[in-house]
Amino acid sequence: MNYKLQFGELLPHWDVLLWGLLFTIVLTVVSTVAGIAVGTAGASARTFGPKWLGSVVAAYVEVIRNTPFIVQLFFIFFGLPAAGLKLSETTAAFLAMTINLGAYSTEIIRAGIEAVPKGHIEAGISLAMTKWEVLRHIVLKQAFEKIYPALSSQIIIVMLGSAVVSQISAQDLTYAANLIASRNFRNFEVYLLVALAYLLLAMLTRSLLRGLGRILFKAK
Amino acid sequence: MFFKKSMLAAAFALVTAAQATPVHADALDSIMAAKLIKAAVPQDFAPFGSAGLDLKPQGYDIDMANLIGKALGVKVEIIAVTSANRIPYLQTKKADIVISSLGKNAEREKVIDFSVAYAPFFSGVFGTKEIKAASADDLKGKTIGATRGAIEEQELTKLAPADTTIKRFEDNNATIAAFVSGQVDLIATGNTVAAAIAEKVPARAPALKFVIKDSPCFIGLNKEEPKLLAKLNEIIAQAKTSGDIGKLSEKWLKAPLPPGF
Repeated sequence: MNYKLQFGELLPHWDVLLWGLLFTIVLTVVSTVAGIAVGTAGASARTFGPKWLGSVVAAYVEVIRNTPFIVQLFFIFFGLPAAGLKLSETTAAFLAMTINLGAYSTEIIRAGIEAVPKGHIEAGISLAMTKWEVLRHIVLKQAFEKIYPALSSQIIIVMLGSAVVSQISAQDLTYAANLIASRNFRNFEVYLLVALAYLLLAMLTRSLLRGLGRILFKAK
Repeated sequence: MFFKKSMLAAAFALVTAAQATPVHADALDSIMAAKLIKAAVPQDFAPFGSAGLDLKPQGYDIDMANLIGKALGVKVEIIAVTSANRIPYLQTKKADIVISSLGKNAEREKVIDFSVAYAPFFSGVFGTKEIKAASADDLKGKTIGATRGAIEEQELTKLAPADTTIKRFEDNNATIAAFVSGQVDLIATGNTVAAAIAEKVPARAPALKFVIKDSPCFIGLNKEEPKLLAKLNEIIAQAKTSGDIGKLSEKWLKAPLPPGF
C-alpha cells in the first residue's frame, strides 16, 4: 500500500467532529427513550387494548418495518412540507428515529408480553387488579426482562442507523466526516476515524445497557 | 569554379526557403469560400445542447451557432461532440468552431483560442422573490442550502457571515429537493440548475440574488486565425447590444443576463 496516512490533516477539524459526536449521542439517547416509550404504548395497545387500536398499531408497525429508514426520513423532511408540516432537520431526525425505533420495539416488547405466562395475568385479575394495573405491575417487568437483549441490539442498530440523518444536513458524526472529506479529500483517514468512533460508541452503549440490565433486573 | 557555383546555388536555395512562409488561408476565408461553417456543439448537456423530442439537436449553443451562421451569411453544419473530444475535433479541423459551454482555463489556452463570452455560466445565490440579499453580507442570520463539495459551497463558506446557517446536502438532488419543498428559501447553485428548477416548478422559481463565481462560456477556435477570431468577437458583441443574446438567455436559462455581462 503506497498511500501515506495523514491523520494530522484531520486535527484542524476537531470541533466539527466533536459536535458531530455529541449530536449523535444526544440523538440516540433521546430517540431511544422516546422510541421505547412509543414501543411500550404500542405493544400494550395491541395486547391489552381495544381491537381497533390494535389494528391501528399493527398498520403503523407494518409500514415502518417494511420501508427503508432513509425513505421515512426523506418523507418527513422533504415530503411533509407539501402537506404543511415543515420541520427542521434536527426535529425531523429525532422524529424519524423515534418512529422507527417505536415500530421495531413495539414488536419486540409485544413478544415479551405474550411470553408472560397467562396464569400470572389471571392471578392478577382474580386479585381485583384492573387490566392496566396488571400490565404495569406484573406483565411489563417480566416482558422487559425477557426481551432486554433483543431491545439492546435494536437500540444499537438504530444508533448506527442514525448516520443516515447526515443526508438531510443534520450535523451528526457522519455529516462531520463527509464535510471534512470534501475539504481535504482525505477520505481514507476521515472514514477510518469515524468508523472507529462509531465502533467505540457502540461498544460503550452495549456495556452501559448491560450494566443497566443488571441493575434493573438483578442477577443475569 | 564549379564548387563556388553549387555553393552559391545552395546558399540561394536556402535563403529562398527561409523567406517562404507557410501559405494558409485564414479559416474565415475558407468558411466564406465554402459558404459553410462547421460548429461543434454538445448533445448531452441541457440547456446548452441536447436532443429535442424530434431527436434534433436544440439548445443555447445550437441557437448561437445558427446566429453566427446567419451573421456570416453561410450555412451551418452542426456536429455533435462530447466534452472529451470537442477540442481534438477543433484541432484536427473536423470543426471550425466549438460552441459547447466551453470554459477558459490555462491548459486550454495553450492549444486553442477563445472568443469573448457568449453565455453566462455562473454559480450564485438564488432564492424566492421576497428575500432581499444583494451580497454575501446580507446573508446574516439567514439559512441557505448548498451541495457539499461544490465550488459554490466552498466559496460560500468563505464569503458568508458567521451567523449564516449553511445547510449542506450530499448531492444536487437533495439541495434542489430542500429548496422545492420549502426547507430552505435560499440556495447556492449554478445558473443552469436554477433554470431547471424554474422550468419544472414555476411556483418556486429561484431568482438570482448575487453571483458567487463567474465561469462564462466562450467559443473555441484554432490558434493563428486572427480574422476568424475578430469576426466572431464582432458578431458576439453585436448580438449582445441587439439583445439577441439576452433573448437566448431568457429562452434557455429562464433568466435575464446577469448585470455586467
